[in-house]
Amino acid sequence: MSFLSFRESPSGRVVPPSGFTAQLTVITAAAMAFLAVFALALSMATGRLADRWGTELARGSTVRISAPSDQIEAQTAAALKVLETTPGVAEARRLGAEEETALLEPWFGPDLPLDTLSLPVLIDVQETPDGFDAEGLRLRLAGEAPGAVLDDHSRWRRPLVRAAERLRLLGVISLLLIAGVTGGMITLAANAALAATAQVIRTLRLVGATDRFIASAFVRRFTLRGLSGAVIGTFCGMIAIALLPKADEAGGFLTGLGFSGAQWLWPLLIPLLAAIVAYVATRVAATQTLRRLM
Amino acid sequence: MIEFHEAGYGYGGRELLTEMSLTLAPGSFHFLTGPSGAGKTTFLKLCYRELQATAGRVSIFGEDTRQMERDEVANLRRRIGVVHQDCQFLDHLSLVDNVALPLSVSGRERDERDLEDLLNWVGLSEQAKAHPPELSGGERQRAALARAVIMSPEVILADEPTGNVDWEMSLRLLQLLIELNRMGKTVVIATHDLHLIRQAKAQVQARVLRISNRRIQQAGADL
Repeated sequence: MSFLSFRESPSGRVVPPSGFTAQLTVITAAAMAFLAVFALALSMATGRLADRWGTELARGSTVRISAPSDQIEAQTAAALKVLETTPGVAEARRLGAEEETALLEPWFGPDLPLDTLSLPVLIDVQETPDGFDAEGLRLRLAGEAPGAVLDDHSRWRRPLVRAAERLRLLGVISLLLIAGVTGGMITLAANAALAATAQVIRTLRLVGATDRFIASAFVRRFTLRGLSGAVIGTFCGMIAIALLPKADEAGGFLTGLGFSGAQWLWPLLIPLLAAIVAYVATRVAATQTLRRLM
Repeated sequence: MIEFHEAGYGYGGRELLTEMSLTLAPGSFHFLTGPSGAGKTTFLKLCYRELQATAGRVSIFGEDTRQMERDEVANLRRRIGVVHQDCQFLDHLSLVDNVALPLSVSGRERDERDLEDLLNWVGLSEQAKAHPPELSGGERQRAALARAVIMSPEVILADEPTGNVDWEMSLRLLQLLIELNRMGKTVVIATHDLHLIRQAKAQVQARVLRISNRRIQQAGADL
């Protein structure tokens, strides 16, 4: 990678400086890198969500018992007995009044008079890693406690996990699109620079320059521009992500956007990838243009 | 050194040069004359493979130009110095960097003392740091000549090198080319300046080639 040395090489000096194109390339590479940091953060955050929802929800189920008041305690005891003897159930525990109040607080506020409401009894069920046979448990509950309904969360867990996985996929697609757009932009800029310097290329050929020598001047220049722009954009993007509100402060979904732990190292790959994209795009553009300029 | 075998060149269905057979021997001195548009520049371009013969064969340093790869053409041009009438320079580089350009593109180290000597020889040591747009026509021609010879080429091709300069400067440039020939270089000068040819023939054994009616002929003693 000696061609990335910032000291101007003999081939680099023969290409005239192109002020506006140079600035535009750096700015665009910076903007693309900035967007790439966000796409990467989105992809990683949704990946974490999908994993968490998948594992947390898969391990937890609820049995809800709705029955006339004179039967509810008996049905609750029967349901707990069924659950204790069900293979795959690690723990079954009736939720207390405080826990039910906490569950309803987001909708009804903190001063809910629980004793005046006819609420179903909730039993929190924790599964073993092997899990239980949900259909079999439903049939047994229907026999022993007719008012008991097993909710294994699968109805709403699957779409949530699927949505999170789609978001992760969208993040990855966004990264690929950003890489493609960066490559296309640098190709256009390199082509414009090559076309604008046709006279320089003719002069260089007249004095015995090979196509490899001429191409390397452009490749080196645009690779450095792509790299420097991407470094700036990535740095700004990482700062912007770091300044987002913490997830535990606001508690919302979007505040979880960001990197955690070693994931902060991933954005550092963006400048390297941008440099590789710029190198390949300029090499292809220069080779094709030099073939055309016979 | 450079051989034409029944060579011709045409473009867009029109034949510009035809049935040319001649040899430019090592150490020889040639003038190429003919009216404007006769094909003098085309002939020179065939000599350094800027153009490729569309008929017959052109060999340069024993290599058939039709078989040459692009890198081989680049290497060939390092052995041939070319001076154009409209000298092409890289305007963002200084005169000394432009003169040293053939060294840069071939990856050779430049010797600052040699460069200084070369600029002294063409009388441009004072303008070494100037940029091409700051130079006069004569200075540009001499800079182009310095650039053409810096690689110590075996052949010097000059296309109307005195076209944009006064008579005094023409004689000075001619003198430089005669000196190069005396050093063993093959020199070909395309010109329609008969005074210049007579001036040269008084000092060096020059062969005069004339392009007429798309063919190349040895010119008579009336020059």
